[in-house]
Amino acid sequence: MSAVLDHGGHAHDDHAHDHPHGWRRWVYATNHKDIGTLYLLFSFTMLLIGGVLALGIRAELFQPGLQFVNPELFNQLTTMHGIIMVFGAIMPAFVGMANWMIPLQIGASDMAFARMNNFSFWLMIPAALLLVSSFFMPGGAPAAGWTLYAPLTLQMGPSMDAGIFAMHILGASSIMGSINIVVTILNMRAPGMTLMKMPMFVWTWLITAYLLIAVIPVLAGAITMTLTDRHFGTSFFNPAGGGDPIMYQHIFWFFGHPEVYIMILPAFGIVSQIVPAFARKPLFGYHSMVYATASIAILSFIVWAHHMFATGMPVTGQLFFMYATMLISVPTGVKVFNWVATMWKGSMTFETPMLWAVGFIFVFTMGGFTGLICSMAPIDTQIQDTYYVVAHFHYVLVAGSLYALYAGVYYWAPKWSGVMIPEWKGKIHFWGSLITFNVTFFPMHFLGLAGMPRRYADYPMQFADFNMVASIGAFGFGLMQVFFLFVVLIPMMRGKGEPAPQKPWEGAEGLEW
Amino acid sequence: MTHSPHTAPQATSRGRRNWPARLAAMALMAATQLTWAVNDLPGGPSVLQTDLPPPATKIAAAQQDLHVMMLWICGVIFVGVFGVMFYSVFAHRKSKGAKPASFHESTTVEIIWTVIPFLIVIGMALPATKVVVAQKDTTNADLTIKATGYQWKWGYDYLNGPGQGISVISTLDASQRALSDAGTPQGDNYLLKVDEPLVVPVGKKVRIITTANDVIHSFMVPAFGIKQDAIPGFVRDTWFRAEKTGDFYGQCAELCGKEHAYMPIHVRVLPEDEYLAWADARLKAQAAKADDPNKVWELDALVARGQKVYDANCAACHQASGKGGGAIKALDASPVVLDADKTKQIMVLLNGQNNIMPAWRQLSDTEIAAVITFTKNQWSNKTGQIVQPADVLAARK
Repeated sequence: MSAVLDHGGHAHDDHAHDHPHGWRRWVYATNHKDIGTLYLLFSFTMLLIGGVLALGIRAELFQPGLQFVNPELFNQLTTMHGIIMVFGAIMPAFVGMANWMIPLQIGASDMAFARMNNFSFWLMIPAALLLVSSFFMPGGAPAAGWTLYAPLTLQMGPSMDAGIFAMHILGASSIMGSINIVVTILNMRAPGMTLMKMPMFVWTWLITAYLLIAVIPVLAGAITMTLTDRHFGTSFFNPAGGGDPIMYQHIFWFFGHPEVYIMILPAFGIVSQIVPAFARKPLFGYHSMVYATASIAILSFIVWAHHMFATGMPVTGQLFFMYATMLISVPTGVKVFNWVATMWKGSMTFETPMLWAVGFIFVFTMGGFTGLICSMAPIDTQIQDTYYVVAHFHYVLVAGSLYALYAGVYYWAPKWSGVMIPEWKGKIHFWGSLITFNVTFFPMHFLGLAGMPRRYADYPMQFADFNMVASIGAFGFGLMQVFFLFVVLIPMMRGKGEPAPQKPWEGAEGLEW
Repeated sequence: MTHSPHTAPQATSRGRRNWPARLAAMALMAATQLTWAVNDLPGGPSVLQTDLPPPATKIAAAQQDLHVMMLWICGVIFVGVFGVMFYSVFAHRKSKGAKPASFHESTTVEIIWTVIPFLIVIGMALPATKVVVAQKDTTNADLTIKATGYQWKWGYDYLNGPGQGISVISTLDASQRALSDAGTPQGDNYLLKVDEPLVVPVGKKVRIITTANDVIHSFMVPAFGIKQDAIPGFVRDTWFRAEKTGDFYGQCAELCGKEHAYMPIHVRVLPEDEYLAWADARLKAQAAKADDPNKVWELDALVARGQKVYDANCAACHQASGKGGGAIKALDASPVVLDADKTKQIMVLLNGQNNIMPAWRQLSDTEIAAVITFTKNQWSNKTGQIVQPADVLAARK
């Protein structure tokens, strides 16, 4: 691995001191590329762990009746799958991308705070260990859903405290990472790299970093109040002491909705880099893309209660959040139109990164449509807390964030590893993932419309057929990620394959090449 | 679904431990048998259902119309956007000799595709607004029922209208949980079968007030188009007017702990005369088990009984300390509680006050007498007053 990721030949050996080798290189890492690699490997590991939990869920739901797990463990699986995927897989993966690419794209020598960068990565390890080991604590892992709604959280065992602690640590890590990214982008751009010349990935990350700094403390507040309710006799959310469980939901979703955009805006950035590269044509409407990203970020602060239509808000509240949510589809639509216009009259080729990017646009937009349908409060009355919502957010988080991450990996991997990934490998991974993803999640729309609630360990037998299809798809999707690990990732890290040219993609522009 | 005789009995013990073998067996079963021995459940889910259920209320029908409208709008946009994209994908390929154009912005085009979606959004919002307003209009109900979520069952108290005073606890039929554990589900109403359904009359506006005893639950009946969280310490409401008789099913829709999947909702809609007959019989049966309102109680016994009533019904708002909080008035040192005129407090309990204190007519005379006596002799309130059930009975008239 060290041979592949060796520093030689890259433009950052301007540090005066000698680079440590062996394990010290990673533990004491201050180089943005090493830290980026650590982040990406960490998040892929967490993706596999979260994926195994998901397969536990799908195995249980393969047939009606309880076969593999009891309902307690089932709830632990759904909860930890969500927490690990959101906080352990998707968010750190984008931070890894940012570490690798932002300094290269803006012509900076490294991240602004190299040692803080190291600390924000290594903080994640104890947090991940706490999360994973919570399954072995008395009473098992937290089982209140990834949203940790009060007052159910008050009934959880000690693992809930471990979970809260882990999320605090991850939050601290995210804030440090975000500050680092903001400072790097604002202070360390190469001469001539004005803000409105920055690549879209840098722009989207700048906005995302501000979102993170704004909302992670809100999450920290919510879970700290949960903690003091559990142990120190407060009653923020405990109705038995006069607390308000719905206040928890407001606070959580004030974090949670911007969080959704934290997980998708950098994905927009990656796709906005890849589509022009393979269309051999500049990004259409760069300025409007920047403005659309900023408007999405701002609007994301005023739509949170659309997650709470079923709590029984007053009619004016429902209407406000319904309108605001529908409004957010306008800038999101603008982005999709811009990507299509970028492709229009281009000279396109479809190497693996482009396949993932086009796949992203296609499948993410389907998640956008179901999002629009969910935003209609009367329809949401039917589908809130059903499998329809599960389908919706997997369309935007898997087919959205994860696809864009894979697109980014295939796009920049020649830069990272020095070798080309053979096209056939990437294409099998892409088409296999695309098909199995849809087999898994498309039937969930039907289950949701038919009224199957989410987080159910067992279900009426009428739901059996689509659940079976979804489970088969899920195992296929899991298999494709194992394929990626063994056939794509490990050989690449061992340096197998053709050496990558300086500019592996004909149409790719930017300082990183 | 059929199990071969030698695997079914092992499902709980050896089967779960020996899961690789079981997985293989299930894969085999999936390959050979893709349909299940189950039929559509009228009022509940259907096999291979791909749409919202057949509506049984005007609201559910309106929701379905909105959904159809959205499918059309999204379908048209889908065809438009991806028609262009896939045309481009096939036509503008380098391998077909396409030369890249150099355009990269057009203010006109960008304004058009910002304004048009905005107009579409407004077009969607208008009909949705009407339905939101209709859904939230819980006034002028013919029948008011409080649905209380418990871990893990539903309690239904008929607060107002015909059948007032009926109390039902609705629990999943015990056989269903055992079938689930054994991994041997069967029956069209698997996991939807309860010991006692919620019974309502057809064509009447039924207001459902939701609350919960422990954690958040959610009262959902898809055919009626309702889903309302049941929140401990708070009351929320929703309503439906069933247009047809029959059985309708729903399930708890908010994660509420390990038995979340095992607290279904079964609503039986009866013609009005049958409903009234049911309510009458039910009330008589309930009265036969109830306290005699003419019994004369001792202070200590009544206070002890009152403590239980208070904990179950009052403490959520007024607090165990009787101090209340916020809009909730304190009972400790309250002038109404201390007043020698007992009827003042009785009337507050029977009729409610200021839209904050609900009416508690559904409690029995003995329960109301007991809880009033309790509050009159608890905390710093040492009045020594006794309110007998007969006093409450007299005040009810």
